[in-house]
Amino acid sequence: MSTNNSHSKADLDAEFTELYKRHLRDVYSYSYYRVGNHHDAEDLTEQTFLQAYRHFERALRESNGRPLRPWLIRIAHNLAANFYRDRSRKPESTIEDAGLISAPHTTEALVEGREELKHILAGVAQLPDDRREALIMRFALGMDNREIARALGRTDGATKVLLHRAIRQLEGMVAETTTAGQGE
Amino acid sequence: MSSGTADFEALLREALSPVDPPADLMDRMEATLVNLTELASEELEAWELRTMRDPRNWVRPAAAVMIGAGAGTALVVLRVRARSRSRRQESSSLLDLAERTVQDFAEEARRVLR
Repeated sequence: MSTNNSHSKADLDAEFTELYKRHLRDVYSYSYYRVGNHHDAEDLTEQTFLQAYRHFERALRESNGRPLRPWLIRIAHNLAANFYRDRSRKPESTIEDAGLISAPHTTEALVEGREELKHILAGVAQLPDDRREALIMRFALGMDNREIARALGRTDGATKVLLHRAIRQLEGMVAETTTAGQGE
Repeated sequence: MSSGTADFEALLREALSPVDPPADLMDRMEATLVNLTELASEELEAWELRTMRDPRNWVRPAAAVMIGAGAGTALVVLRVRARSRSRRQESSSLLDLAERTVQDFAEEARRVLR
């Protein structure tokens, strides 16, 4: 009996390790774009996986074989909401500034010298929370509508509309910034 | 989807590139998870030992033993009772019947305990 239990616990740990390896980058990317700096993104990522570890067995049981990435991102989403509530603040620095206080990484290097990409990132930061999150999930994590819907607790239809509006709004903001820049 | 929208989405994909976590985060996370697993298993073993040291927690195992013993006794009684008719026919006197019944009980109890 105890052998069976320890065996299933070992299986569970092995499955969790797999999940962790597969989605560490997703959770980190989401956290980074959510909080805007590496230090807090690391904290958020750690907290997300610790929380996931505590409830992994139940999540596996209730997922019926569906992917667990939306569940992980939902945990990160809830923790990020608490993070802001606890500290009563929004991101203190922009994504580009954050690069200066931590290790160099691909995003800052990528947008360097690319005005249009900088405008896009600035626009993303100004979007309402739900629209910004939907865009991060779609474009940074490559999640499909169904996964995003599960992570945000919305219907597939509502998610499709949310994404469409987020892209339209961002496109408008970037166009406005670009036009204003050309007029100067 | 218009080409303008497709272009914008391509730019968006480029701007929101996935971010690689720092290498030490992975090591740190793995160490934390391994510690957690070990702590959980040590805690479970310690809890089992602690629980069995407290007489209040002996009720369950004792009850399990009693239930098992009770079930065994009932089985012996049933089997002995089932053979009562044949014993009565085989017995020459009341004393002989009593002896045979006691022997039957002993035999059945041995079988159940085996």
